[in-house]
Amino acid sequence: MNPASPPMLALRGVRKRYGAVTALAGVSLTAHRGEIHALCGENGAGKSTLMKIVSGIVQPDAGELRLNGRALRLDGPAHAMRQGIGLVHQEIALCEDATVAENMFMAEVGRRGRPWMDYRDLKRRAAQVLARLSPDIDPGRRVSQLSLSQQQLVEIAKALTLDCQVLILDEPTAALTGQESSALFRVLHGLKARGMAIVYISHRMAEIFEHCDRATVLRDGRDVFSAPLAGTTADELVRCMVGRDLTQYFPPKADGIDDSGTPLLEVDGLCDRQDRVGGVSFALRRGEILGIAGLMGAGRTELAETVCGLRPARRGAVRLRGRPLRVRGYRDALRGGLAYLSEDRKAAGVFLDLSIAQNVAAMALQRVSSRWGWLRRSAEAEMARDLGRRLKLKSDGVHVCAACLSGGNQQKVAIAKLLATQPSVLLMDEPTRGVDVGAKSEIHHLLRDLARQGMGIVVISSELPEIIGLCDRALVVREGRIAGELSGPAMTEEALLRLASGFTKEESA
Amino acid sequence: MAKFDLSRLGGAGVLPLAGISPGAAAPSADAGARPAAGRRAHMREAGLLLIIAALCAVMSVASPHFLTVDNVRAMLLSFSIEGIVVVGMTVLLIVGGIDLSVGSVVCLAMVVTGKLFLMGLDPWSASVLAIAACALVGAAIGGCVSGIGLSHFIASLAFMVIVRGLCLALTQGTPQSLFALPAGFKFIGQGAVAGVPVVILIFLAVVALSDLALRRATVMRRVFYTGSNEKAALYSGIRTGRVKFWVTVLCAALAGLAGVIYTARFGAATPTFGAGMELNVIAAVVIGGASLKGGSGTVLGAVLGLALLSVVTSSLILLDVSPYWQDMIKGAILLAAVSIDHLLNVRKASR
Repeated sequence: MNPASPPMLALRGVRKRYGAVTALAGVSLTAHRGEIHALCGENGAGKSTLMKIVSGIVQPDAGELRLNGRALRLDGPAHAMRQGIGLVHQEIALCEDATVAENMFMAEVGRRGRPWMDYRDLKRRAAQVLARLSPDIDPGRRVSQLSLSQQQLVEIAKALTLDCQVLILDEPTAALTGQESSALFRVLHGLKARGMAIVYISHRMAEIFEHCDRATVLRDGRDVFSAPLAGTTADELVRCMVGRDLTQYFPPKADGIDDSGTPLLEVDGLCDRQDRVGGVSFALRRGEILGIAGLMGAGRTELAETVCGLRPARRGAVRLRGRPLRVRGYRDALRGGLAYLSEDRKAAGVFLDLSIAQNVAAMALQRVSSRWGWLRRSAEAEMARDLGRRLKLKSDGVHVCAACLSGGNQQKVAIAKLLATQPSVLLMDEPTRGVDVGAKSEIHHLLRDLARQGMGIVVISSELPEIIGLCDRALVVREGRIAGELSGPAMTEEALLRLASGFTKEESA
Repeated sequence: MAKFDLSRLGGAGVLPLAGISPGAAAPSADAGARPAAGRRAHMREAGLLLIIAALCAVMSVASPHFLTVDNVRAMLLSFSIEGIVVVGMTVLLIVGGIDLSVGSVVCLAMVVTGKLFLMGLDPWSASVLAIAACALVGAAIGGCVSGIGLSHFIASLAFMVIVRGLCLALTQGTPQSLFALPAGFKFIGQGAVAGVPVVILIFLAVVALSDLALRRATVMRRVFYTGSNEKAALYSGIRTGRVKFWVTVLCAALAGLAGVIYTARFGAATPTFGAGMELNVIAAVVIGGASLKGGSGTVLGAVLGLALLSVVTSSLILLDVSPYWQDMIKGAILLAAVSIDHLLNVRKASR
């Protein structure tokens, strides 16, 4: 590292808002040539947004980006690539029907004034890049024939073809085997020796301390820590990631939950068919809000979907008030009083082009229809108005379409849709994702009120403060299994994160 | 079909009437009782009606034969039977499907009715069996869609060819004359009540019933939910596979009904009848405002779309335009209607 030359990549005061949600509130980051720089932070801390800005996918609202000391304004991913910035996405985005080689060189196919495909040349050059990373991938194969980890490696190889100065990797090892990961790190160390600046996003502490030179920690859209890793411990890093005051105002918790008698909901040794849920057991009491925490991809959503019959179960039992619930499909669960709020509001939560009233009635048509199956529109509107009032829904009447509402109000419509079924157990998957602070607090209070009235509520959340502030008890899911349970004062962000990432104090020593 | 849910009466009706946000006034009973998308549908229906009226006005000046009782009657007759097929297709487009086989299925109903009649069955039983056969074709397409997971387009394309082949095979490729049909049966296709052809009465009944059902029946609401966002419908506990299956059966059965009426009208079963009808029907539904992506569409709009196409066809014939040009002009109308709609939608979305 040569301190006299300007850093390879320097961000200063980068800000970004999405509607009412502030994703980045002024972030600075400096990555030098010849270093592997770890970028850490909780889910939602702003890592992905920051990296999208660096790779030109998203334009910042304010702040500057310097490459080699030169200020840049990126107007698209192609521009960023030409400047020598490569990004490996967390999600695999390859053309499944094209070959590995075509995928790797997609950006240059059709450019350079070459009208004909030169497959042999593409394959040769692809093989060169792959040789270092994963020599057993045949560049002539179709991507659809590769395993998930091989596809991830192709995604990485694709970025390596760009001949970039800055390489960003967003949790590249999430899908890789141990052997594949070490091959990746060998390649990264080689690139580092050639003077590349590498930004490495990861949750895995062991990897970070073994391979990275420096780390920057993001929290709530700000950088809160940046130092060489040599003088830092994993404990310090984890504390930086979570160390936040509970500034949000949460409703008071339950005064004491009656845990005698039969629980409202019991899940016993539940497994799904794809092994995303591997033998989960828990119980939910009346009046309780149970949190389920875990990293992305840990199997939280899959667990909830298996409980309510949206995913087929392979083994295990679900009991409602002590009686076994035979779930062949979601309808059976709904009839039993179990309702599920999907984490993906736009795709699975609301009907955007239908009105509020039509949305709210979707799951409870029998409540607003006459004996012969004709809709009573006044009853439908009344039900929507009534639930809208309870949820403090803001709209110009119940006949406007859901697409016209803000994210928070759309979410309230999605919740009203569930409440219309008069459930006894609610499974809420990310109930406040993409929702502004005010609506968030209203939803929290609503959930607590519902619990107080005797409902049992499961809240799946990526936001640890939400788990801690709202829930009476929390389960942590890791790799489809319950990694631990925390309640009361033991429920801290640090403890939750340790369980979620599988990183314990012993390992750091 | 997802069976009618018997309602628990009462329920939410007892709550006080008020707007949702403190500032919003309580919407009056009917002015507000229409969904947001409904208003746009009304605009389109009014627009179509206006265009049809304008076209009629121009034509009545351009051709002395246009506004005669005979011509209007001929237009309405030709349009009524196809209109029954249009109704089925509208529901299918709302659920997000499409059926290219309706022309063949109309023909199948003709051929089966004719064949069974010639074998000695009374025409009424023959008609019922013919409609059942058509429903079975719908069930086969629906099964391919909901069971195997094929798209409506591919499954119905295959059955368009299969069913047409079946019609040709059953008749050895030759039209069957059914002049021996009893007068009571021919009355359906040729008779009139108080001067109004029975065909038109049947058509009006089908339109009225289906329009009411689409707007008010809870089963039909499931059709809208499924077409609007299938995943969200699934996550609302709606068995979307069943919904799509039964709507496909309904569409084929209505095509069968149309085929039976054609048989009664023409007194013949022609194995090549109905070829190309599917395109006219789909064009009408799309001009009437249904989206191929599903989730929207009205029976009234679709019927007006068909009316527009019929008026245009009739006008072109009266103006002595060559039939070759007629197809071109109809295609251009479809393109214009859909483009205008798409542009309006894009503008709406960008706001």
